[in-house]
Amino acid sequence: MTEPLLQELSAPGRPTIPISGAPAGAPPLDIPAALLRSELPLPEVGEPEVVRHFTRLSRQNMSIDTTFYPLGSCTMKYNPKVNDAMATLPGMRNIHPLQPLETVQGALELVYELQEALARLTGFDEVSLVGAAGAQGELAGLLMIRAAHEAHGAHGRRRVLIPDSAHGTNPATAAMAGYEVVTLKSDSRGNVDLASLKSLVGEDTAALMITVPSTLGLFDEAMLEVSAIVHEAGAYVYGDGANLNALLGVARPRDLGIDVMHANLHKTFTTPHGGGGPGACGIGATAALAPYLPGPMVARRSDGRFTLDIERPHSIGRLLAFQGHFGMLVRAYTYLRMLGSPGLREVAEAAVLNANYLRQRLISAYQPAYDRWCMHEAVFAGTRSGAARTIDVAKRLLDFGFHPPTIYFPLIVPEALMIEPTETESRATLDAFADALLRIAEEAERDPELLRSAPHDTPVGRLDETTAARNPVLHW
Amino acid sequence: MTYVPLTEAERASMLEALGIRSVDALFDVIPASVRYPEIDLGPALTEMDVTARVEALAAANTPATGVPFFLGAGAYRHFIPSAVGAIMGRSEFSTSYTPYQPEVSQGTLQATFEFQSLICALTGMDVSNASVYDGSTALAEAVLMALRVTGRERVVLSGAVHPHYREVLAAYLKPRSVELTTTDVRLAGAHLAEDDILARVDDRTACCVVSQPTFFGEIRDLAPVVEACKRTGALLIEVYNPTSLGILKSPGAWGADIAVAEGQPLGIPLSFGGPYVGLMSCRRDLVRQMPGRIAGATTDAAGRRGFVLTLQAREQHIRREKATSNICTSETLMALGVTTYLALLGPAGLRDVATASAQWARVAARALSAIPGVDVVTPPPFFHELAVRTPAPAAEVNRRLLDRGIIGGFDVRRSYPGLENVLLLCCTELTREEDVRRLANAMEEIVTEKTAAGAANRGLR
Repeated sequence: MTEPLLQELSAPGRPTIPISGAPAGAPPLDIPAALLRSELPLPEVGEPEVVRHFTRLSRQNMSIDTTFYPLGSCTMKYNPKVNDAMATLPGMRNIHPLQPLETVQGALELVYELQEALARLTGFDEVSLVGAAGAQGELAGLLMIRAAHEAHGAHGRRRVLIPDSAHGTNPATAAMAGYEVVTLKSDSRGNVDLASLKSLVGEDTAALMITVPSTLGLFDEAMLEVSAIVHEAGAYVYGDGANLNALLGVARPRDLGIDVMHANLHKTFTTPHGGGGPGACGIGATAALAPYLPGPMVARRSDGRFTLDIERPHSIGRLLAFQGHFGMLVRAYTYLRMLGSPGLREVAEAAVLNANYLRQRLISAYQPAYDRWCMHEAVFAGTRSGAARTIDVAKRLLDFGFHPPTIYFPLIVPEALMIEPTETESRATLDAFADALLRIAEEAERDPELLRSAPHDTPVGRLDETTAARNPVLHW
Repeated sequence: MTYVPLTEAERASMLEALGIRSVDALFDVIPASVRYPEIDLGPALTEMDVTARVEALAAANTPATGVPFFLGAGAYRHFIPSAVGAIMGRSEFSTSYTPYQPEVSQGTLQATFEFQSLICALTGMDVSNASVYDGSTALAEAVLMALRVTGRERVVLSGAVHPHYREVLAAYLKPRSVELTTTDVRLAGAHLAEDDILARVDDRTACCVVSQPTFFGEIRDLAPVVEACKRTGALLIEVYNPTSLGILKSPGAWGADIAVAEGQPLGIPLSFGGPYVGLMSCRRDLVRQMPGRIAGATTDAAGRRGFVLTLQAREQHIRREKATSNICTSETLMALGVTTYLALLGPAGLRDVATASAQWARVAARALSAIPGVDVVTPPPFFHELAVRTPAPAAEVNRRLLDRGIIGGFDVRRSYPGLENVLLLCCTELTREEDVRRLANAMEEIVTEKTAAGAANRGLR
């Protein structure tokens, strides 16, 4: 059933939430009429209907809490409830970003400990937690690299190398940071093509941006050599940490030759994705690049008290008005303390085991993109029979009550299906999902119309996106 | 605790299905020289233990509730109806991802469409995106947008825009050869004054950025700057306070081309600075240069109304290095909070919040102005913030206020080196008579001590 818009639930004069006003005797407002507005066309709905409206809307969403959600490269793992409980403690939720530092020592200590924990986990010398999302972490990293090259007088380094499997944010970020993008080919095993890398890297190269493990769900078999080649040319290696989950306790990005990296707290570290945000990220760097990290970072003074370190002269500066997505930092901290040292490898191992198990279960009907073990996600190039398009497989999955995997990405895999189960799924869930996908592959040959007309059981059917873009209706 | 549900038997059966004896085989690809490092993150805590730890950290903070509190400067303590948290806490909203599959994301998509509609209604602008990270990055993105739209390379920035926003803008503009010119703000006589911004707007100017109210709370007549922009073809970017639009003339009504703001005052907790939500809206003909997610209405084959992410040809996953921005998230959950807040308050509620906040600021101004040596230096009329000049450095005044259990104002000196003794104070509908009285009494004591100390020092000389 179509849910009315707020505007359609509105009636002029319906009572809304009252606000206690200023006391009698308050000075009248001295604002001239020319500076005031004459109308304020907001809907008047009233609390009971507002709550029902949004509750009904919520039920039109699939979410981790309701459904298996194996969206590749998004790490849709269970988000512990204790994370939210901690972030909404009054001592966390109701503190102002500019309060005197002596009144926020607990918050600063938490941020400091999280900086330190992520530094140990990734091997970097310092970590800043001010990134609003992965893409902003990427921007920070490239601005840092730019600043470092400029400080060394290396002004001719105008190009950034990016593998063809990369997420779209990588080239978009490089462009925002003022760089020219050069695309690197992947080889037949899903690695960076070393010959291509060697021929393209040079004195005009500022950096290589590389996702580890890659968006193909693979760990580059020559990763150490790749970093060595880039370093040899005087360039830096930027690591996109979107897929860090597979490496927890298994390998530190710093040890792989990465100079600066972002780690998404909303993926690996269980802060909720919120329907597409807020995200949050840590940005880790080696000692050579750490002076350029964005701020403010938290420092511990010699007397054991904590302070916001705003006097870092080489820092690329602020990327947000205040000190990062603190509410997300509380959640990530809570999770990381629960993992502790022993939990790290258990997470990575279960995530990788689950992905390979699904890969194995599906291999009879779906074409694996590469013929080797995957890491955290299994990437397929559509069905083996070729009887169905990936979009139709995905839509048909909705009828089985599963959120589809990421589709048509990475771009270099035709009809791509990118399945990331994460570690918080049981074997029973994986089996049910595999059974559904196998049945859909059969249906594709037997009754292809069933796939093309899917989904059949969702609040709305396939929506006309072409008309939406051609004649945009962007508000009521 | 890892939340991994696999039993040992299940693990064994899965390894068997893969034909391997140990999970280590899956990690052979990682060079042995770097595999399995020692990492010390301490013991694995139970939920019980971690709760005790984080509660102890929370207890070491002083929340903005329960003490007289006068900090604003870009983050505002407002009343948040309980229903806002209840809706944001629905995990169908909070644990979903970007709505890539619209058929099973109509909740998020419709809420986003409603958010965009409410922002348009509030700002009087034609179109809104689904939000960006925060107010400061909304400004940075707006300026980048203006550079694309006009093809010009000069940016005129009011020094009365939030100083942190200006820092973020500078960081975003660093890789580009853009001429950024910022007006100066200083004390001139009884009030703060800003250089003439109109003189800097010329036909090479991509955009002119002003704040309404200013960082210091002043509400200005924007007609002259609108006129200067129209004349030169520069875009006007207005940084507004969304609460103030309960009563103030909207950016659209003024004639702004792009309007940006921090959405936090509309129902989002202070949370030590984030996550917040950047509001961004613009003129209709600029929409294809606007960054960020945008939801649009459409229909399915049966003619039912539904919502999708649209105009995606602007975005990084399609255009890669030619995209309008690298952004691939919006602050969706925070935008839902804003939507719920505005829906609950309606026009009367938002007007009341704005009016009460402005009135309390006047109550505070009256009480403080009565203290000899203390002056309100924000030129009238102001909204809910006022800059106050005191006889002592602002940092010292704040320290002494804190000694008396009062969280004072923002010391503007770091961003305005000439303004040593200026404190930026904020009132909202949550301000109480008692809070203002305690502030005024404390300020009077501080000023008296200072004056006495000054007199004593002069005596010694």
